[in-house]
Amino acid sequence: MLAMLATLLRPTSGTIRYGTMDPRHHGASLRASIGVLGHDLFLYPELTARENLEFFAGLYSVPDARAAATEALAQAGLAERAGDPVSTFSRGMRQRLALERALIHRPTLLLLDEPFTGLDDAAGSALLARLRALRDSGAIIVLATHDLDLAGDLLDRAIFLRDGRMVDSADRPEGLRALYRKVMSGHSDVGAGPNLDVGAGFSRPGDR
Amino acid sequence: MQKWFTPAAVVCGLMLAVAPLLIAQAPYESTMGLVQKIFYVHLPSAWVFLLSAIVCGVASIRYLSGGNPRHDRTAWAAAELVVLFGAITLITGPLWARKAWGVWWLWDVRLTSSLMGWMVAIAYMLLRKYGGPGSDKLGAGLALFGMANVPFIYISVNYWRTIHPTTNVVPTLPTSFGLPLWFSAVTFLLMFVLLLRLRVGLEEQRARLDALYLVTDE
Amino acid sequence: MFARIVWLVLRKDFTVEVRSLEIAYTMLFFAVSCVLIFAFALVQEGRAPEGGAAGILWIAIAFAGTLALGRTFERERQSETLRALLLAPAARPAIYVGKLLGIVALLIGAEMILVPLVALLFQAPLLARPGWLAIILVLGTLGFAAVGTLFAAMLVRARSRDVLLPVLLYPITVPVIIAGVRATAALLQPEVDASIIGFWIALLACFDVVFVTLALWTFEPLMTD
Repeated sequence: MLAMLATLLRPTSGTIRYGTMDPRHHGASLRASIGVLGHDLFLYPELTARENLEFFAGLYSVPDARAAATEALAQAGLAERAGDPVSTFSRGMRQRLALERALIHRPTLLLLDEPFTGLDDAAGSALLARLRALRDSGAIIVLATHDLDLAGDLLDRAIFLRDGRMVDSADRPEGLRALYRKVMSGHSDVGAGPNLDVGAGFSRPGDR
Repeated sequence: MQKWFTPAAVVCGLMLAVAPLLIAQAPYESTMGLVQKIFYVHLPSAWVFLLSAIVCGVASIRYLSGGNPRHDRTAWAAAELVVLFGAITLITGPLWARKAWGVWWLWDVRLTSSLMGWMVAIAYMLLRKYGGPGSDKLGAGLALFGMANVPFIYISVNYWRTIHPTTNVVPTLPTSFGLPLWFSAVTFLLMFVLLLRLRVGLEEQRARLDALYLVTDE
Repeated sequence: MFARIVWLVLRKDFTVEVRSLEIAYTMLFFAVSCVLIFAFALVQEGRAPEGGAAGILWIAIAFAGTLALGRTFERERQSETLRALLLAPAARPAIYVGKLLGIVALLIGAEMILVPLVALLFQAPLLARPGWLAIILVLGTLGFAAVGTLFAAMLVRARSRDVLLPVLLYPITVPVIIAGVRATAALLQPEVDASIIGFWIALLACFDVVFVTLALWTFEPLMTD
């Protein structure tokens, strides 16, 4: 589903709307506002941390790639390791760098695939704090996870998927674990291609 | 199966039965004698070979731009027919060449590019069979490149000095040769259409079966 | 904008390659072994045949090119970075061109070593007319790499991708290889017939235009599932 949201896949039924924009016609400009943190981290192991950031900043047409990279490195706490190849980093460091890479162009929509795997408690709560801050500054975050112990106030809306189909959703969920059990024991509610409104964070340039 | 299929199949069968008779009573060609008659099979199968490649290419373009699985099935079926009719062409050709030119095979431009076009179709089949998910799109891309080869095959004999007959031989054939030729051509064309329809139907059934499996799985 | 992305991708590929030089070394070694194997296989009475130079040169380029293509995209596959490239708002054709130029540069680097080697082993005056040879090599390599880059990128997530790349690539690029061989062979004749060479070069240019255009059209739809 994340791939569809990232405009890499075309949905077989139903539609995805980004504010007023349709992904089939505005693919490139939509992608400019989407940041993705995938399971595979999207980092070139042979390049240094700084080179990775500057490359992706350039791809996303970030105005001053060098400055953006420096700022991102500071955010991730990797400033002293900026000149080291990513292959020498630990998993946690790579995750931090990958998150910065996904955020370097200040996306409006952030897609995260299992971002908490491999993180210890400290790193996990740091990530949570970061996500909260981003959410509060207006970004839309879509998080795919099997981790049900997330803090309840992080989520505005929870969607349960089973066999690739949406089976339930809850606004401002409390106690995800209980909800999960309830959903999994109930019947699946199979609709054909729900329409997904990815919120008002997107607008055509010139609209307001 | 659509309504036109059975009558068309019957007609085709009849034509296939009549064709050898027509071919047999066509006059002997002056220099090559009996062997020349293989041309009545070679030429139509070559035409259908090229036609299949074009159908495959066009279906692939439509699939790439539209995503309708029907085009993908057509492309796959057409590719199989490229292999079939290409094989017929590439076997009947040398059989004739041995007598007419004295060699089984020559590396002239038309033979070489035809052989390569045929191999592209085989590569397509391998891709579809072993490429795993996503190979429908990849096959479409391959077919595009393969189809670009077709005009090259056809007109190449007119521009290179080659031993293969040029394309202006056919329009100038006398009727006694022309009749069996065109009859064969129509027969082959009908065969092509029937086989294509059959094969696409097979894929459609397979797709329907897969969809049913998916539903019962849930 | 387009050119900037091309340059960015090209520079990134160059940096990555220079750090390890893995593809450069292995591809080069493979190409040299290829040439040597042919030389040994065709040796008669202790001397390699003289007519084989053009063909063997291009075969070595084709084989080495396939290897380089496979390895380059395998690298992109490992960190799913190809996906990251596609996620960016950068124009997909620009990414394709960036990768294409990288492969062409790699292959031309290999050719600079292969040409003297083949000339030496087969006593062929390959270096007699370097200008013509350079044109032929660049055009042929470009045609081969244009199709190769597209197919290798396409196959990144397919099964059996290692064997499917040559299976798909060689039938399509045979016209380019043939034209390259014929042009090179014509160049090696004692009396060079400029019209023949011109003909084959024009044909190569035609193939290049057709293949690159087709690749640019199809890169985007083929990369989006």
